[in-house]
Amino acid sequence: MADPVLKIEDLVVALPRGADRAHAVEGLSLEVNPGEILCVVGESGSGKSVTAQAVMGLLPKGQLTRSGGRIILAGEDISDASPDRLRDLRGSRMAMIFQEPMTALNPVMTCGDQIDEVLSIHTDLGADERKMRVLDIMAATQLPDVAQLFDAYPHQLSGGQRQRVMIASALVLDPALLIADEPTTALDVTTQKQILQLMRELQQRRGTGVLFITHDFGVVAEIADRVAVMRYGKLVEQGPVSEVLRRPREDYTKMLIGSVPSLDPPKRDAITVGEVALRTTDLAKTYGGTSLFAKGRVVKAAADVTIEVRRGETLGIVGESGSGKSTVARCIARLIDPTSGEVRIAGVDIARMGQGELRPYRRKVQIVFQDPYRSLNPRRSVGLSMVEGPMNFGMSRSDAERKAAELMVLVGLKADALGRYPHQFSGGQRQRICIARALMMEPELLIADEAVSALDVSVQAQVLELLDDVRKRFDLAVLFITHDLRVAAQICDRIVVMSKGHVVEQGVTAQVYASPKHPYSRALLEAAPGRGFAFGAG
Amino acid sequence: MSAPAVTLPAARLTGLFPFLNRYPLVAIAGIVLSAIMLAAVLAPFMFTRDPTAIMPLQRLKPASELSWLGTDHLGRDVWSRLVYGARVSVLVGLSVAALSIGLGLVIGLVAGYIRWLDAIVMRVMDGLMAIPGILLAIALVSVSGASLMTVIIAIMVPEIPRVVRLVRSVVLTVREEPYVEAAVSVGTKLPLILIRHILPNCIPPLIVQATYVCASAMLTEAILSFLGAGTPPSIPSWGNMVAEGRLLFQIAPWNLLWPGVALAVTILSVNVLGDGLRDRLDPKLAKRM
Repeated sequence: MADPVLKIEDLVVALPRGADRAHAVEGLSLEVNPGEILCVVGESGSGKSVTAQAVMGLLPKGQLTRSGGRIILAGEDISDASPDRLRDLRGSRMAMIFQEPMTALNPVMTCGDQIDEVLSIHTDLGADERKMRVLDIMAATQLPDVAQLFDAYPHQLSGGQRQRVMIASALVLDPALLIADEPTTALDVTTQKQILQLMRELQQRRGTGVLFITHDFGVVAEIADRVAVMRYGKLVEQGPVSEVLRRPREDYTKMLIGSVPSLDPPKRDAITVGEVALRTTDLAKTYGGTSLFAKGRVVKAAADVTIEVRRGETLGIVGESGSGKSTVARCIARLIDPTSGEVRIAGVDIARMGQGELRPYRRKVQIVFQDPYRSLNPRRSVGLSMVEGPMNFGMSRSDAERKAAELMVLVGLKADALGRYPHQFSGGQRQRICIARALMMEPELLIADEAVSALDVSVQAQVLELLDDVRKRFDLAVLFITHDLRVAAQICDRIVVMSKGHVVEQGVTAQVYASPKHPYSRALLEAAPGRGFAFGAG
Repeated sequence: MSAPAVTLPAARLTGLFPFLNRYPLVAIAGIVLSAIMLAAVLAPFMFTRDPTAIMPLQRLKPASELSWLGTDHLGRDVWSRLVYGARVSVLVGLSVAALSIGLGLVIGLVAGYIRWLDAIVMRVMDGLMAIPGILLAIALVSVSGASLMTVIIAIMVPEIPRVVRLVRSVVLTVREEPYVEAAVSVGTKLPLILIRHILPNCIPPLIVQATYVCASAMLTEAILSFLGAGTPPSIPSWGNMVAEGRLLFQIAPWNLLWPGVALAVTILSVNVLGDGLRDRLDPKLAKRM
């Protein structure tokens, strides 16, 4: 076999003093061969992104420093290369693509110019020749109508197209090594599938070695040749993809793979007895329209949404970004005002109630948000955040505090944690606190708006378990909004599939997954990464 | 609930001395400002005479043991006038800062959170912002006569829109935070949401803004007095002193020099303190500089 394009030997990256551990990366050794995709997987804080930064020579100055080991790029030891040499190598011998293509592209430069920039820095080609190369690579990334897109600005492109432009600018000089740091995490599943296919094709045709960083085992199953699992900055195990995914040696890997929710919904009994907690009829939300000052564009964020959730039941709303699933949730929680239609909570239409009238119904509907780092006021102790709701409705402080302590224990935290501040908790713990805060109100309907999407898989599994547990214990109706079909399969009794503001299909989860009727649901299910692997069995 | 000791504020306090160590200029500015304020408050005990006492025999005398910084064209003691003048500057600076921040905060919170009010309030603010402060002061003085109150109002009015814009921009970003939405969905009433969850986020930028308002108010007061549209000539203020000293600059330069130096030092100190506070309250910005 040819020499590896990237060889990392015993890499150590030190963290600044006062961090929770001494090293971000400790004794890591990896190899990426030409034409091979090595997936580095790990949960947040495992040091996988730091590894990528170390290779690119892009470690944040003053915070992280490489304190040991060697990095060899295509035979050249670049561990102590000068900044000039590294700048030469970046773009020409190694290139990187990032998670968020909108922020990685310069918003005031046309797409063509951004790719051209790489060529004009690293080559002596003339303007015409460069343009030819740029159009070629853009065509190779399957961008439509390249002549026109050459002069387009990033905001005029879709997320998938932007990521294609990023890939084009990374590959235009045929680097030996491509580092991809969660390149599809911000994309919808159907787009993700296309981008993964594209990367695979380009990389094989050009013989590029790829260091692919991801947290998603589905993506690993789709694209990897070999897998390296990291935890706390150390390598847990590595090997061929089929080997690691099917026969993991280490307990940690087994646990991680076991936590990935399966795409096969478990058997559940249909819930037909519970009292109807929520029923929406033709719910619609339109943004924009003509106002006194401006004649705006009308956007139908949601239209004709008719759904029903009974107590004790979990209804999932799945869809890609912009499908209107969050809009529906926010209309039901009356965080925004629906344009038309009915929202019946316990039989009463709250869609057009004034704030005063609405207040008693607010407590019946509680919502848990996606981002555990922003859902709690950082300046208030957890206890204060918890008692706020009941005290709004006249509960005495001591009663509210007693109740908060009980609920903290119920969600798996200690009661004395009430005096602490949100930053002292991990993401999963904060999400537990948010669930407890919602339960303080004794709601009938709990809306979980992507409530586990920001969490690592192992934590995700625990929070899902907690949600299911409180649903049973308090006989809650749960409206579970997610883009993740795996999660939805595991927790939802029934599924509503939304696309472009409309409900395209709804039914019992097992049925929808086994035989989707609408072409969109079918496309969505087929795009779910790693379908071939039966995760979650172990 | 027996709340365990909170570590957050303590951690911030222990950082204060290393901070001052790293920015010695901020410490100096703080000391200078404290000295000026102390002198203003304790003016009668600062070895001063009556700052308005006219002594025709002592006209335009240079510095001597009797009058440390010399006398002006009416024989008044420059040192005494300087110390009493600090009262005017400090009073104008502090009250304009407090009033414009207070009013601006309330208007900004309301405008930022209640969307239908936003357009109306902000157009009014745009209108106010279009009025030049000095022009407004001259107009007010010609209508109601020169007094400290008119000066304060005239300087305050054009400052309010700046504060409102600042507060509104913070509110607009914070109101989208999930924790604010969570407070809405647990039934917290609007005034409480504003005070509990949104207001604390406005405080750091407002403290910094207050120092700039304070400095610019002091300067504007001096300009107005210099132009004769500010504090009445009977009140000793640095602006009045500069205006009177200007005519005699070649004969008795100390009449112009000392109030000018006092004004410059004070405003510089306030601005340095403001920069220091900003670096401290917004560490992201400090790192970039």
